[in-house]
Amino acid sequence: MSPLMGYFMLGSAILIIVSMALMLARLIGGPTLYDRLLAVNSFGTKTVLFLCIFCFIIGRPDGVDIALLYALMNFIATIAVLKFFNYRALDVTLPRGRTGGNTADGGDAL
Amino acid sequence: MSLIFAAAAEVSQAAETASHIDWWSVVSKVGTVVSMIAGLFFILAGTIGVLRLPDFYTRLHAAGMTDTLGAELILLALIFQCDNLQMVLKLLLVAFFLLVTSPTATHAVAHAAYRAGLKPLLGEYRAPELEEDAP
Repeated sequence: MSPLMGYFMLGSAILIIVSMALMLARLIGGPTLYDRLLAVNSFGTKTVLFLCIFCFIIGRPDGVDIALLYALMNFIATIAVLKFFNYRALDVTLPRGRTGGNTADGGDAL
Repeated sequence: MSLIFAAAAEVSQAAETASHIDWWSVVSKVGTVVSMIAGLFFILAGTIGVLRLPDFYTRLHAAGMTDTLGAELILLALIFQCDNLQMVLKLLLVAFFLLVTSPTATHAVAHAAYRAGLKPLLGEYRAPELEEDAP
């Protein structure tokens, strides 16, 4: 990678960090829980992109594995937080084979 | 300005060393720059939309789609810069999982908010006033 392309990657990483910092404002000042969850999800996606670009900048491509792990963990964390705030517990068996209907305990499958 | 001179020197040096033009190098650099700039535009537009839009559902609309497309474009820009097959496969795997999980998470957040009774901000749409001087 030529040094010019390195500077271009560095500028892209700085712009992604600026975008993450702006997303933190919505995370702190979001009026509802779902605004904060949306901000966390978007923040995680931007973290994955920043990790990939950063691995290219420092020339060690091993960190893409960490980025892959972070992408999966971000999705699982979002679903787990949604389930917790819907049922107020995590050890609830979700109903299967139905979409959108209300269940017996008043909750709903995610 | 010095960066432009450096780019011109790099291009002229590459033209002197190789008798024919290395087309793959040109294509990979142009593809990297174009798709990286497009991806950064989408990411920043989505962030500004999340900050400025008035309602949860409109913010979700701004963030969900632009994050998916911007992430795919930036990963495509990185794939153009790879030099071995292993990195290409890893980045394709990251792109595939982001493409699957990001809309799913967006849908889950929207569905949970709707089931929890969060009302969208509704109002009458008013068309802008027309100029009456046209016949």
